[in-house]
Amino acid sequence: MIPTAWYLLLAAILFSIGAGGVMLRRNTLVILMCVELMMNAVNLTFVAFSHELGSMTGQVFVFMIMTVAAVEAAVGLAILVELYRQTQSVNIDDFDSLKG
Amino acid sequence: MTNLIWLAIAFPLIGVFINGVFGKKLGEKTNGWLAVSMVALSFIIGLLAFLQVPNLPEHQQTVDLWRWITIGDFDVHFSLLVDPLSMIMTLVVTGVGLLIHIYAIGYMHGDEGVSRFFTYLNLFIASMLILVLSDNYLGLYVGWELVGACSYLLIGFWFFKDSAADAGKKAFIVNRVGDFGFALGVFLIWTTFGTLQYSGVFEAAGTVSTGVITAITALLFIGAIGKSAQLPLYVWLPDAMEGPTPVSALIHAATMVTAGVYMVARSNVLYALAPQTSMVVAVIGGVTALYAATIALVQFDLKRVLAYSTISQLGYMVMAVGVGAYASGIFHLATHAFFKALLFMAAGSVMHAANDVIDMRRLGGLKNKLPITYWTFVIGGLALAGFPLTAGFFSKDEILAKTFEANIWLYAIGVFTALLTAFYTFRAIFMTFHGEPKDADVAKHLHHETPVMTTPLVILAILSVLGGLMGLPAAFGLPNWLEGWLEPVFETMHRLVPAEAAHLTLGTEVGLMTLSSTLVILGIAAAMWVYLRSPQIAERTAQSAGWAYNLLVHKYYVDEIYDALFVNPARGLGKFFAKVVDMGVIDAVLVDGSAKTVGWLGQIAARWQTGYVRNYVVSIFVGAIVIGAYFFLR
Repeated sequence: MIPTAWYLLLAAILFSIGAGGVMLRRNTLVILMCVELMMNAVNLTFVAFSHELGSMTGQVFVFMIMTVAAVEAAVGLAILVELYRQTQSVNIDDFDSLKG
Repeated sequence: MTNLIWLAIAFPLIGVFINGVFGKKLGEKTNGWLAVSMVALSFIIGLLAFLQVPNLPEHQQTVDLWRWITIGDFDVHFSLLVDPLSMIMTLVVTGVGLLIHIYAIGYMHGDEGVSRFFTYLNLFIASMLILVLSDNYLGLYVGWELVGACSYLLIGFWFFKDSAADAGKKAFIVNRVGDFGFALGVFLIWTTFGTLQYSGVFEAAGTVSTGVITAITALLFIGAIGKSAQLPLYVWLPDAMEGPTPVSALIHAATMVTAGVYMVARSNVLYALAPQTSMVVAVIGGVTALYAATIALVQFDLKRVLAYSTISQLGYMVMAVGVGAYASGIFHLATHAFFKALLFMAAGSVMHAANDVIDMRRLGGLKNKLPITYWTFVIGGLALAGFPLTAGFFSKDEILAKTFEANIWLYAIGVFTALLTAFYTFRAIFMTFHGEPKDADVAKHLHHETPVMTTPLVILAILSVLGGLMGLPAAFGLPNWLEGWLEPVFETMHRLVPAEAAHLTLGTEVGLMTLSSTLVILGIAAAMWVYLRSPQIAERTAQSAGWAYNLLVHKYYVDEIYDALFVNPARGLGKFFAKVVDMGVIDAVLVDGSAKTVGWLGQIAARWQTGYVRNYVVSIFVGAIVIGAYFFLR
């Protein structure tokens, strides 16, 4: 039986990798993937706690999040495609038209 | 009929509405006759109510129209009072007003603003009736302010002339000083008595301490000083002559300026209970009478001579009410309304004939050209001078006799003023109507008199002679109708302040009358000597008494002193607030400053908006960590 703490540790590591990717990478595609990674880290904690506490609520949440993540990926990729058409670039630093 | 007294106010207001809204379309003739007929209806209603007064219980009736203001226990009704005093005032206002309206049709003929003129004139009549008919101090105050506004509008009627616009502003601002005191007086009445109704105030007056009554009366009198052009707030009245002459006759001689005298006579109970204030009132009246008469001696503008004589005569009235001779004050108010309106309108007739020339040095020899104007002016002048058996003689002598009882020094001032009055009045007559025409240009282009203007003159001339019959001297066993008529008004006062029955003996009264008549005739004779027989005397006197003459010509430099003391400091203060406070502090620091600060803060905040998504993400994470740490460590 693997202790719950390890699941949480793994989730934390995954989340950190995702967060670091979002902050450090320039490729928008990669950033989106990192966002997915962070979301899945959260899913992992939900499932771990659900198992630990014997409650189904966490697992229901996970399904919910996976649905939202699918939608979010579809919308995010669509925006990205459109951005690429406009600027011929996927570099996040080129998208700065809101700069004050 | 007394119940319908409100119609007397309503009719002129109908005139205001029609002339004010449709005036331009109706044409000059309709404007004038509409205004005249409205005032005539007012007069008829006033007359009918006047005839009813003796039949009323206690000679008075309150006509409660509607509840006006109710705030907590502050409850004022819009109600009118029909009593001997208000009816006398109503008749004077509407009667003299009617004649002046008729005269104005001729005088204003051809002016562009005739409809506007008659709108204002009707509005004035309505306002003045509110003033005299109100049965409480708030209504009196409202009327007081309304007539002030009408006065402003009519003085500045020819507003395209700078002098007229300035004179209007001056009248309004100077009156504001007085009205401020008046308003405070009304407030004090409310806090002291809890009511503003005359009857309630007078009934309770006996129970209030003398100090409070003195304060109330003094504050109210400050209003009267402004409105009735007494020292030191008289300065607006001479300048008010910039308005059209009917206005000078109606507002600045016959009616509005007497509002202060009316107010004191109306508040007779309060003034009788405040002997100190009454003393001040009498002294201010007497000094004003003398002071204005001396200035009138050397003026060359015919209308200004009359203006200063108005101030002087108002001084007599104020002196009368100050020594407690309220009925005499009202008597002189009525006769003065007749002869002063007459004199002003006759002067206006001269102006009209001479193409607006009013400087007496350019007139002269008009006696045969304008015979009706001349004779009516002479009759008015005789009444003003107090020539025996004219209206002015009886009313002025009654005041002088009452003053003699009260204070010998004031009597001396009054009787000396009578001498000056006779002199300057006839100086004006001789310079204007006698001698040779001094200006060929004026003489050549003289207009004729028109009946619409001379008829009111003749009627007023008759009144100026017969008006004295209202109050024949009682000491001679003659019936003094006016005193008996007004008696109910002073009943409360006599109950609270028993009068000492120290009446003059017949001999004293005859002596006083002889003295003043002699002085009047002396004054007229002196004017005749100086201005008809040997005009060089006047010039020589003016030269030999250089500094005194200069002092009078410059009206004691009062306007200059006021300029230096009040007007220029106020203007400087205004400039300081405009340049330094407004432009320097409010505009530069507060308005521009706040805009600049916001811009500057924006520039700083804009640096956070780098446009790099990763930076935003970092801040989101940092924020999330901080919030998380806070809840975790708490």
